Amino acid sequence: MAVTDAPAKARALYEARRTRIPIPPFTDAEPDLDMADGYAIQAELVPLLLADGDRIIGHKVGLTSKAMQQLIGVDSPDYGPVLASTVYRDGDTVPLDRFIQPKIEAEIVFVLGERLAGPGVTVTQARAAIAGAVAGMEIVDSRIADWRIKLADTVADLASNGAMATSSQIVALDGTDPRLIGMTLTRNGELIDTGAGAAALGDPVAVVAWLANVLGEHGVALEPGHLIMTGALHAAVPMTFGDVFRAEFDRLGPVTIRVGGSA
Amino acid sequence: MTVNTADLAARLAKAVADRTAIDQLSGEFGELDLATGYAVQRELRTAAGPLVGWKLGLTSRAKQAQVGVSDPIYGFLAGANALDLGAPLDTGNLIQPRCEPEIVFMLGRDLAGPHVTAADVIAASAGVAVGIEVIDSRYRDYRFTMADVVADNTSAGRFVVGAPVPPAGIDLRLVGVVLERNGEVVATASGAASLGHPAAAVAWLVRRLAADGEGLHAGEIVFSGGLTAAAPVTAGDVVVASIDRLGTVELGCR
Repeated sequence: MAVTDAPAKARALYEARRTRIPIPPFTDAEPDLDMADGYAIQAELVPLLLADGDRIIGHKVGLTSKAMQQLIGVDSPDYGPVLASTVYRDGDTVPLDRFIQPKIEAEIVFVLGERLAGPGVTVTQARAAIAGAVAGMEIVDSRIADWRIKLADTVADLASNGAMATSSQIVALDGTDPRLIGMTLTRNGELIDTGAGAAALGDPVAVVAWLANVLGEHGVALEPGHLIMTGALHAAVPMTFGDVFRAEFDRLGPVTIRVGGSA
Repeated sequence: MTVNTADLAARLAKAVADRTAIDQLSGEFGELDLATGYAVQRELRTAAGPLVGWKLGLTSRAKQAQVGVSDPIYGFLAGANALDLGAPLDTGNLIQPRCEPEIVFMLGRDLAGPHVTAADVIAASAGVAVGIEVIDSRYRDYRFTMADVVADNTSAGRFVVGAPVPPAGIDLRLVGVVLERNGEVVATASGAASLGHPAAAVAWLVRRLAADGEGLHAGEIVFSGGLTAAAPVTAGDVVVASIDRLGTVELGCR
């Protein structure tokens, strides 16, 4: 059964983003909503955001770790667009009140050098299309109350994307194996967690191929210059006012943000 | 009640010989303290034959969370428990084996003293390598206190060390670490997972040994602490530990 009133659900998410007042999960009232329903709602939500003057500068892929997939009860990743208005630079202060219940995830972010259109994209082709990588942090946020998300809820909600911050130096992959790029995450100088690229679907490059192939089914291509957030390398960490988060990646360098008060 | 450390060591040695887990010691003997734990370990060390080095335990946040402690501990490495590269792990000889990826330091010269730092450790190391430690608690279901696990030589079971590379120019804090079992990624980390820097973990060991008038000797190896949660293995499993810039070690289980 297809989702009922996807436009109204999209409107509810749009308002939740605007007012920062979360809404109950759609799956409370309609427990049978599935991944396809989630994407149907997402497809209605994106035009509302673009109509405000925003634009798509890339994509995020979520649920790339086995642990997260098990938590949500799914065996594949999900994705959503990354909007230009949500991108921060290394060193920026990220205002807490822009979000509802934000958390930090350190991720390898790829910058695409060539157009990549699925289906049929291999990992090798994906790698050849990648111009390089930057150090990234995603701020995940949920417009669904208390993060009480099921798959359809998070997919509809732009895969729970809130914002991103990246370093500015694009590092060519050359001989680098992104699976083995190590990462340390600190908060106020204290080590919180570590990880390596392989935490994202076994290989962050495989995430790009996966994304190109699922978007390809909808006739959408990855474009040169697009940023691809390849998924968290550790468990997400809640953000508190005044925190300084620093994710340092071997070969890519660090990206740092400060958590500020008001937008 | 007086604790006879030789008796406790004998119980642990029998558990190894019988390949049968025992109850933790601290229940029966009240709250065993850490010093007693190390005294029991010393009994085991004396009987272990030629030693090749040391190992650290409880150095990673994942590991500390797993057992609920916040300080590292150490144990010894017996030459008899070394596996060669490519040699299989005989799980039938163990009780409840689990594998951990570690960074292994190979000492190029002696290192001792109460003020040794991570920089001293790196300067004294001839090489660093990928290691897989196979831990094998002699306690049922890995249920133990800190003193219990110290008495049990920090769960040391078997170990395998890859080909060493010179440590110069490698930031061991940032190297990526991937543990796979049967082709599937089971955990990732970076070197910082061991006390913030694996060389700092080794420095902690040297300072700790100095309190007993001991130190590290040229040619010894140190397993600097598990970098991920330990992955249980059974016969038929293949475990691969990869560490960026250091290499890969594969261990087949039968």
